Amino acid sequence: MMALLGRDLALALRSGGGFGLSLAFFLIVVVFVPFGVGPDTEVLARIAPGVLWIAALLSCLLSLDRIFQLDWEDGSLDALVMAPLPLEGVVAMKALAHWLTTGLPLTVIAPLLGVLLDLPGPAAPWVFLSLLVGTPALSLLGAFGAALTVGIRRGGLLLSLLVMPLYIPTLIFGALTASRAGEGLDFLTPFALLGGVTLLAAALIPFAAAAALRINLR
Amino acid sequence: MTALELAPYRDAAPLEVRDLACRRGERLILEGVEFSVPPGRALILRAPNGAGKTTLLRAVARLTPPVRGTISLSPERMTWFGHADGVKAQLTVTENLDFWARVHGSDTIAPALAAFRLEDLADRPAAYLSAGQRRRLGLARLLVARRPVWLLDEPTVSLDSATVATFARVVGAHLAAGGLALIATHIPLGLDEEDVLDVTPFRARENAERAHDPFLDAGFAPMAGARDGTAQDGETRP
Amino acid sequence: MSIWEYANPVRFMRLSDRVLPWLAALSAIVMLVALVWGFFFTPDDYRQGSTVKIIFIHVPAAMIAINAWVMMLVASLIWLVRRHHVSALAAKAAAPVGAVMTMIALVTGAVWGEPMWGTWWAWDPRLTSFLILFLFYLGYIALWAAIDNPDTAADLTSVLAIVGSVFAVLSRYAALIWNQGLHQGASLSMDRAEHVADVFYYPLVTAIVGFILLFVTLVVLRTRTEIRARRLRALLARESRE
Repeated sequence: MMALLGRDLALALRSGGGFGLSLAFFLIVVVFVPFGVGPDTEVLARIAPGVLWIAALLSCLLSLDRIFQLDWEDGSLDALVMAPLPLEGVVAMKALAHWLTTGLPLTVIAPLLGVLLDLPGPAAPWVFLSLLVGTPALSLLGAFGAALTVGIRRGGLLLSLLVMPLYIPTLIFGALTASRAGEGLDFLTPFALLGGVTLLAAALIPFAAAAALRINLR
Repeated sequence: MTALELAPYRDAAPLEVRDLACRRGERLILEGVEFSVPPGRALILRAPNGAGKTTLLRAVARLTPPVRGTISLSPERMTWFGHADGVKAQLTVTENLDFWARVHGSDTIAPALAAFRLEDLADRPAAYLSAGQRRRLGLARLLVARRPVWLLDEPTVSLDSATVATFARVVGAHLAAGGLALIATHIPLGLDEEDVLDVTPFRARENAERAHDPFLDAGFAPMAGARDGTAQDGETRP
Repeated sequence: MSIWEYANPVRFMRLSDRVLPWLAALSAIVMLVALVWGFFFTPDDYRQGSTVKIIFIHVPAAMIAINAWVMMLVASLIWLVRRHHVSALAAKAAAPVGAVMTMIALVTGAVWGEPMWGTWWAWDPRLTSFLILFLFYLGYIALWAAIDNPDTAADLTSVLAIVGSVFAVLSRYAALIWNQGLHQGASLSMDRAEHVADVFYYPLVTAIVGFILLFVTLVVLRTRTEIRARRLRALLARESRE
C-alpha cells in the first residue's frame, strides 16, 4: 500500500502536469473573480469564502482523469488487480495520493490567496480548516468518477459532469462554514456536517469505485 | 551466457481447466475449453487473431469472470502480462521494479535485473529506454512477483531475436523451478517443455451463443420490414 | 408463474405488445379528464387567482420526477442482483422521461412563481433540490450514452445510480440547511389540515394518476425500443462474425 502511495506521489511530482498546474489554475480563477465582479472590496470580502471554495473544487477536477487513466492505458491496472492488494485499498491510496498532490496544496495556499479577495480575518482559518476537512471528499468522489470513466476515450468532460453533482453537499457545507465564520455566525453545524460527508465518502466510495474498476476491466 | 536458476516454487500444482466458457463484452466467444498444464510445462495458445486467445487468458486470470467452468488454481497464484507492459516512463528501472517487488512482498530485485540484462540500466529513467529494453523491464515484473503461474499475452511483441532468446531462457528457468506458463504467441519460443493448444475448435457454437444472449432468442417478433406478423402492426402504435 | 418470467426480453415484448395500446389509451383519457376538470371546473383561488391551476401539472410532474429516479434505482439494483436485461433497459428508458418531468416541474414552477413570489427563480431548497436532481439525471444519461458495451454501461450506471442516490439525498438536506425557503408546504399529505382544499384535491389526484399512467406508458414504450436496439446489435454482431 505504501509502495503504491509512494509511486503515485513520485509520478505526480515528476510529470509536468498534475501538481503545479492545479495550483496555477487555482490562482488564475481567484484572480479572475475581481475582473468579473469589480474591485469593490466589500463585495469581494463577502463572496471570498465561496469563491475560494469553488476555485479549489474546479482545480481539483483538472487532474482527476489521471487517477486511473494512465494505469489503465499502460496495463498497470491489470497487474494491480492481480496483485495481493485489495482493490478498495488501491482506490483509497490513489485518492490519498491525489489529495496530497492537489487538495492539500490548495488548502494551504487558499488563505494566502484570500488576501487578494479581502477575505475577512476571522474567516481565513476556517477557509483553511473547511478545505482541509472537505477536499479529501473531493478526491474520493473524483476517484469514483475516474473509475467509472476509465474505459472511455476523452472522458474528461463526462467525468466532470458525473462528479460535480456529487460535490454539491461538500461545496455547500464547506463554503457555509467559511462564510459563516467570517460573519460571526454559528459555523460548527455545517463544519460537522462537512466532516460527516467526507467520512461517508471515505466509507462508501472505495467500494463503489473498486466495483466500477472491476466492471471496466472485464 | 550463464545458466539461469530460480528458487523452486513451493507447493507446485497443475493448472486444470474444465468446461470453461468465456465472453468478450456481452458475447460468448469460447465454450467447452479443457486443458491441463502440469508444473514445469508451458502451454502455447495458437489461433488466428480475434479467435479468443486474450479472452481465454483473461478468463483464467479471472480479470473477466468466466461464464461457466472450473479453473483449479486461484488468481492469487498467477501473474498477468499483457500487450501493455505497465512500465512508468517517469520512474527509473529500479524504481519501476522496486514498486512491484514491494507490492508482492519480495525483498530483492537483483535476480530479475540480472535475468533480463538490465543491471547497467538500473538508474536510468524508463523514458530513455529503447522499446526492447522497456519490454524487458516490463517482463522482469514476472520474476519479482514470484508466482508459479504466468499468463502471458503476446510477450514477444517488439522484441529482437536476442531478447526473445533471453526471454525464452527466463521462461525455461521458471519452468525448471516448478512453475508453469500459459502463453499466447505467434513467435515460437523454442522451449523444450512446451505443448501447443489450438483455441479455434472451442469457438462458441451458434446455439450456445443463443442460449447465452437472450437478445438472440428466436422468439422475437420479426423486425421492421417483415410483413408476415400481425404483431408487427401493433408495435408501431403509441 | 413468477413475475421474473417477464424479465425475459421475448416475454416482455409479447406482453407489452398486448398491454401498451390499452395503457396508452387509458393514460390519454385520464390525463384529459384531469386537466379539463382541473382547468375549467375548479374555482379560482381567492389569493392566487387562476394561476393556482398550474398545480395540476406542476405537482404530478414533480412527483414523477422523484419517483422515476427511485424506480431507476430499484431497477438498477434488480439488474445488479439478478442480471435481468429488461430491468437494466427499463432504468435506461426511464431516465430521459424523469429528466423531462424534472424540467417540466422546474418550468411550471417558474411560471407559477413569477406572479406569486414576484420572481422566476428563487434559491429555495425545493427548487434547488430539483435542479440538483436534474443534474444527476444528466450525468446518468451521459454515462449510458458514453459507453459502447451495453452490459458494462448497465453495470456502471447502476453503480452511479446507487452512489448518486446517496448524494442526492445528502444534497437535499444540504440545500435545506443552506437556505430556508418560501415554498408552500406539501400539497398532499396524510395530515388533512395541511393539504389543499377539497375542490382541488380530487382533480389533483386524478392528474397524478394520469401522470403515473403516462410515465408507465412512456417507459414501456422506450424499453421496447431499447430491447429492439439490443437485438439489432446482437444480430449484427453475430452476422459480422464470419
